[in-house]
Amino acid sequence: MKIHEYQAKAILARHGVPVPRGEVVFTPAEARDVAQRLGTKVTVVKAQIHAGGRGKGGGVRIARSPDEAESLAKQMLGMTLVTHQTGPEGKKVEKVLIEQGLDIARELYVSIVIDRSTQSPVVIASAAGGMDIEEVASSTPEKIAKAFVNRGTGLLAFQGRALAFAMGLDGPLASKFAKLLAAIYDAFIATDASMIEINPLIVTAQGDLLALDAKVAFDDNALYRHPDLKELRDLSEEDPLEVEASKYSLNYIRLDGNIGCMVNGAGLAMATMDIIKLAGGEPANFLDVGGGANEEQIKNAFRILMMDKNVKAVLINIFGGILRCDILAAGVIAAVKDLGVPVPIVIRMEGTNVGQGKQMLKASGLNFSTADSMGEAADTVVSLAGGTQ
Amino acid sequence: MAVLLDQHTRLIVQGLTGREGTFHAKAAAAYHTTVVGGVTPGKGGATHEGWPIFNTVRDAKAATGANATVIFVPPSGAADSIMEAIDAEIALIVCITEGIPTIDMLKVATMLERSRSHLIGPNCPGIISPGKGKAGIIPANIVKEGTIGIVSKSGTLTYEAIHQLTRAGLGQTTCLGIGGDPIIGTSFIDALTLFAADADTEAVIMIGEIGGSAEQEAAEWITGHFRKPVVGFIAGQTAPPGRRMGHAGAIISGGSGMAAEKMEALTKAGVKVVRSPADMGTAIIEVLGR
Repeated sequence: MKIHEYQAKAILARHGVPVPRGEVVFTPAEARDVAQRLGTKVTVVKAQIHAGGRGKGGGVRIARSPDEAESLAKQMLGMTLVTHQTGPEGKKVEKVLIEQGLDIARELYVSIVIDRSTQSPVVIASAAGGMDIEEVASSTPEKIAKAFVNRGTGLLAFQGRALAFAMGLDGPLASKFAKLLAAIYDAFIATDASMIEINPLIVTAQGDLLALDAKVAFDDNALYRHPDLKELRDLSEEDPLEVEASKYSLNYIRLDGNIGCMVNGAGLAMATMDIIKLAGGEPANFLDVGGGANEEQIKNAFRILMMDKNVKAVLINIFGGILRCDILAAGVIAAVKDLGVPVPIVIRMEGTNVGQGKQMLKASGLNFSTADSMGEAADTVVSLAGGTQ
Repeated sequence: MAVLLDQHTRLIVQGLTGREGTFHAKAAAAYHTTVVGGVTPGKGGATHEGWPIFNTVRDAKAATGANATVIFVPPSGAADSIMEAIDAEIALIVCITEGIPTIDMLKVATMLERSRSHLIGPNCPGIISPGKGKAGIIPANIVKEGTIGIVSKSGTLTYEAIHQLTRAGLGQTTCLGIGGDPIIGTSFIDALTLFAADADTEAVIMIGEIGGSAEQEAAEWITGHFRKPVVGFIAGQTAPPGRRMGHAGAIISGGSGMAAEKMEALTKAGVKVVRSPADMGTAIIEVLGR
């Protein structure tokens, strides 16, 4: 689960990470009040959306007075911000963060994620802050330093110092960095984070270290034990169809194509997208109905699929293990009768009770196309959707 | 022969008294597997569907001589269940549970490293050795005894591979779902190491997916160590970056974990990589020269 910058900073601050003073606001008038209260020569107005690259899209602006903070907030609130991470449709700005301006001497980078190869947390640090870290990693890999955390001991002080020295920090700054990193690591473990990224981490002209920006994502699997963090979810940042699907424990991701897919199992669902593409079509979505879907879930899945108006044909690909083909067939028949699905449907099913399922589809009198293999199913659905693109 | 699970396996089920546990214990018992009991804390001494229930894994092992366990325990308690089984020195631990927090799995990883146990999963369909037995949820009616090994991050895609082989008249030695979580017990390399040593396994299907670099690591290992033919498929060739595709680990992040780079690494290692999931079976026939 992703959260906003202002929420991430509040969490980090609670764990002892220094962050700029600031407040999130929803109206231009509030922006002015906060800028006034901060009392710094300049303030920064930052659009709060779940995507990076805001600066380039006009989502981060400097205000030289409370008046200017108000007018910048007015421009930003309600605007649709397009960055390289939002996609062409952009994201609507509903709140802005007003922060004190700071005198920046250096910009650094630090993040913590789980490294899958070593099965441990890893700290990534770089003197090249404020830039896209993937670009730094590919063009100047020598500017990236890493520390793998021993699972038994947790992050150790010397690791923080070593990273500080690698970034060219010395003297009191090195120990300040080690202390700050320990606080970030605490926050990572305490919140079951999957990623914490501070880019940039700044050194001010006065020799202070602060998290100027912050990205935090949580492990969805651990949210059950963090009711407070769950509250931070911002549904307006998510695709409405994906939100709807999540209510029924359906795993749905909207894509750009016109062939809707309904599949059981994440791997098979991805593979179904792949084979549609190979057959010359474009998948409209990823949808995993799960291993033990019931008739009601199948029906809801269908309803959500059909809410995407781009869908011109549907491919259902089910390998029945626990999910029986007769249950699937019953769900599909009920959904089609109820919803009056106006597009062609291709069904490929295999596994438990497949004979019974096929019989039910046939007896329903509804117009389904069936296929005996994934390849055949993909070819059929692509031609029904209007051919290759 | 088979890997990890065979006719000598004596299986307990952690969470046997639950709905899933009961269903799959019966299915395993109906398919050659010697299921010797279950563990449900607080219900020790009871009998469930004819099986003795124990409070702890240690009790169950002492009373039944169990050497394997399959875990159907909700995510909040599943890591603890794995660690209890490691502590009891159960040789084979299969965890089906989906949704275990990653930080809990880090603890499991530490304990596993210093143990004699072999963990499959979590968030996986388990293991089946056709004609010998199973632990997990892979349907037994689609498998056939034979000479192909399967190792896969995905459940239903494993079934698809099994189905294609069986339909082509090719059976399997062992089919192993290793799961799509970021932290898992059995890696591709672990599975391939076992298949390399198994005299009956002639060739292997390896099914990966986007996210992480386990497939690239396996490719490197195959180059130096694995002499049997391998057919590979990577799911998620069309997956958008930055989105988690169902499995907790299936995400292209920071420009890495893409299907293309995995397919390239495997191809370089001599693996026959198929672009279409429908071609896994025919590719095996091809590499075997039949």
